[in-house]
Amino acid sequence: MHSFGYRLNGLLTFSLTILAIMCAITSLSDNLNTPSPSAEIQIMNINWFQKQPQGNDEVSLTMNISADLQSLFTWNTKQLFIFVAAEYETPKNSLNQVSLWDAIIPAKEHAKFWIHTSNKYRFVDQGNNLRGKEFNLTLHWHVMPKTGKMFADKIVLTGYSFPEEYR
Amino acid sequence: MGWIGDTVDSVKSIQIRQLLTQAVSLGMIVTSALIIWKGLMCVTGSESPVVVVLSGSMEPGFKRGDILFLHMSKDPIRAGEIVVFNIDGREIPIVHRVIKVHERKDTGEVDVLTKGDNNYGDDRLLYAQGQLYLQRNHIMGRAVGFLPYVGWVTIIMTEKPIIKYILIGALGLLVITSKD
Repeated sequence: MHSFGYRLNGLLTFSLTILAIMCAITSLSDNLNTPSPSAEIQIMNINWFQKQPQGNDEVSLTMNISADLQSLFTWNTKQLFIFVAAEYETPKNSLNQVSLWDAIIPAKEHAKFWIHTSNKYRFVDQGNNLRGKEFNLTLHWHVMPKTGKMFADKIVLTGYSFPEEYR
Repeated sequence: MGWIGDTVDSVKSIQIRQLLTQAVSLGMIVTSALIIWKGLMCVTGSESPVVVVLSGSMEPGFKRGDILFLHMSKDPIRAGEIVVFNIDGREIPIVHRVIKVHERKDTGEVDVLTKGDNNYGDDRLLYAQGQLYLQRNHIMGRAVGFLPYVGWVTIIMTEKPIIKYILIGALGLLVITSKD
């Protein structure tokens, strides 16, 4: 009962249990945080809007994205993954979400930012339904913790629309 | 040298009843581990409730050796979620983020495109020949929580199986030679 092996086994089990409990409490402490983020997206320009040879619409646009996400950071936050997605409805699909741009925010200091960018990922529809269509731009964020549960939420900005004709 | 003599003596002096009791307790440990694993599969609704991150395609968020806890609910799959999926013909599950969703009005089925955070392009290169999107049946679960570093044990045992055999051999020896 008092050999080296038993003592090592007991020590290891105890330390692993304590570590697991600490990770659980750390994750629970994230619930105490009440975030108040804000964001604004402006479409500066529709660069071009064409129908691809396969029949799908594609659009390229330039946006101004500004946001203040500092209140989302806690001591247990490793990074924030944010992305801007265009959401719209088509006759065939009840929901389409296309991610246009994403970024990783590693620290609180970088969470208040302003960026002028064209879409990082190609905005291609499943079909050719985009002419004159209204769409929402949502800024999503995923809080990736140092340990524990991951949170996600979003801000929906409405009122954007495609041009009536290709250009 | 005396230690070896003692071990040999203890092996010789084993009685049948003691051996059977130890075999049953070992069996109980293995079956309770199995019960916990299968129970987790039921609760989370996923075939594999815990996965180990094997590649660096989701860095800096998830590094090789981290564990992810998965959950598969009936909620629709939305952009930004981190999903674990299998490609037909490949056995290793892939953990990437959803960047495009097309949900059908009539059937409610989804077409999903994924991409690793640290990869330059989307996953179409990984999908089967001619496959443009993933469907719900390819997806094993959504990542809901994570623990860093704990998965290295699994990676080491998979990539250097000799360590697995040494560990099981040592455990077996310990069980046989322990007096209680």
